[in-house]
Amino acid sequence: MFAQFVFALRDAGVPASVTEYLTLLGAMRAGVADYSVEDFYYLSRSALVKDERHLDRFDRVFGQVFRGLEAPAEGEDGGTAPRALPEEWLRRMAEKHLTPEERAQVEALGGFDTLMETLRQRLAEQQGRHQGGSKWIGTAGTSPFGAYGYNPEGVRIGQDTSRHRRAAKVWDKREFRDLDDGVELGTRNIKLALRRLRRFAREGAATELDMPGTIRATAQNAGSLDLKMVPERHNAVKVLLFLDVGGSMDDHVRASEELFSAARSEFKHLAFYYFHNCPYERVWQHNARRRDATIPTEQVIRTYGPDYRAIFVGDATMSPYEIASPGGSVEHWNDEPGAAWMARLLGHWRRSAWLNPVPRAEWGFTQSVGMVRHLMEDRMYPLTPGGLDEMTRELSR
Amino acid sequence: MSGFKSTERYIASRDLEVAVNAAVALQRPLLVKGEPGTGKTVLAHEVAAALGHPLVEWHVKSTTKAQQGLYEYDAVSRLRDSQLGDPKVADIANYIVRGKLWDAFEADRPQVVLIDEIDKADIEFPNDLLLELDRMQFFVYETRQTIAAKHRPVVIITSNNEKELPDAFLRRCFFHYIRFPDRPTMERIVEAHYPGLQRDLAREALTVFFQVRDVPGLRKKPATSELLDWLKLLMIEDLPAEALRSQDAKLVIPPLHGALLKNEQDVHLFERLAFLNRRGG
Repeated sequence: MFAQFVFALRDAGVPASVTEYLTLLGAMRAGVADYSVEDFYYLSRSALVKDERHLDRFDRVFGQVFRGLEAPAEGEDGGTAPRALPEEWLRRMAEKHLTPEERAQVEALGGFDTLMETLRQRLAEQQGRHQGGSKWIGTAGTSPFGAYGYNPEGVRIGQDTSRHRRAAKVWDKREFRDLDDGVELGTRNIKLALRRLRRFAREGAATELDMPGTIRATAQNAGSLDLKMVPERHNAVKVLLFLDVGGSMDDHVRASEELFSAARSEFKHLAFYYFHNCPYERVWQHNARRRDATIPTEQVIRTYGPDYRAIFVGDATMSPYEIASPGGSVEHWNDEPGAAWMARLLGHWRRSAWLNPVPRAEWGFTQSVGMVRHLMEDRMYPLTPGGLDEMTRELSR
Repeated sequence: MSGFKSTERYIASRDLEVAVNAAVALQRPLLVKGEPGTGKTVLAHEVAAALGHPLVEWHVKSTTKAQQGLYEYDAVSRLRDSQLGDPKVADIANYIVRGKLWDAFEADRPQVVLIDEIDKADIEFPNDLLLELDRMQFFVYETRQTIAAKHRPVVIITSNNEKELPDAFLRRCFFHYIRFPDRPTMERIVEAHYPGLQRDLAREALTVFFQVRDVPGLRKKPATSELLDWLKLLMIEDLPAEALRSQDAKLVIPPLHGALLKNEQDVHLFERLAFLNRRGG
């Protein structure tokens, strides 16, 4: 009955399955939704969507399937490009959204039918999207046709929510837009992604009964009971964070902070050091005391064994000389190029990755990003939930 | 159909009512997510009260195993008893300790089962309960008996979203995301909890509360439960509504802020904002 709807959901990336479809039909038969469209919306949402990140997509698909609206276009005010205009729908929309006075004004333009006729003509004349202006159909103009406009006799086309009053339909409100994928990187998302890095090992206080050990000990004890305990398994992964601070990283402080606080609560063994643009012979732990309290990078290498996983966080945006040549650092004279130090670090910590807060699409614009990526043997990931996922998968190999 | 509705003490939105009733009608588990402090756990209590069923609560911790909800075999006591020559050692059933789900399955009347904070447990926890929640039965290996639910319980599962739940598990559940209530709903909630509250105090408090939530960069936004705690404090301290009025949350830290702001970074943020605003204004 609603198979079309389920297919549309799957096309939009909501992972609804046959089981969930059957559940929905079962609930319909049980009379949960009771002929109310709104209840049906709530019911289908509860049955078909299992993750709040998909709620917004669901709302859009629902609006589209059950209204015959055009497919939502890309971007913020999705769905402003009109394709086919069912007259029935236009008429209903117009009737719903016009007050009696406004309808009188429509009459002044020659009545509703004339308005529709003009609209159809203009639609035929017009090719492509249009915004502003006073004649063509588009957004934010004063022409009678289009969305987000101010002409009282305007016909709203593909505008998701009314700007001036409560929206007529719940799903048009799209209240879950904030929860869609990759909009914001909260610490919770990061924690979730980092948690994949977990490695379980038995360490610490013995709290679990060790069956084989107990049997062995009891047998050796000539049958009198000798209980043996083992420590419980818990996360024993060790992580070393290198964070780029200052300069171009100022724009990304927030994302790095979130990553840092998430990492701190996820890993028992976590150490962190700061560097600027590219790691050289010294790093530091307190940014305020970076002038007097630096630590030789050699010492860090000696302190943390190769079982640590090294994660570099930085935008890798700098002058190529800072990586490639001695004396290239912007802050001090470095005897060896950054590349040499990177090679040393990566040689010690084989399992390492670089997280870049700059979106992946923009990496190509900066030469130094490519250079660092080359040094990292391509293990550079964007600082988004998706990128963290990729990174943890790579690091837990 | 009848079923779960908003009560005097618990204000449920229409979508939540539909989700609960669907889960009850189809006897599927209902998974509830939402910001901490929006009444996920309380929901189970209210559903139990509305349906008139007893509530079985199973609070999940990081060390909880799925098996513990079904039963545990106490091998250590049995070993000890065998050393002491206790006659009850011959029957293994004496050493089977029942779990919460077993209790709920064996009960003579339908029960509401709350599995609280399922995301706290190990990643395998939901997977280990798939069959049990689907068929509402399980098998006890030690005694070779199958425990099947006499009445399928209403299962409500809450999650704070700290872990992704496996798809196979999600497919068997109804899902509801409790959104943070808007202002009119919040007023109803406050009214439901503190019926005698002075109207102007409630209004001012809500204004301050929503302003606090709007401050960008807060690490933990205060939620419904924090608001209710804070109101209680305001009532105990007998603060007049004027104490809150004209206090733009951006200018001053609200009185008794300890109930609203839960970590020192947030308090610092407020102090900084207040300082900047006073200097600027």
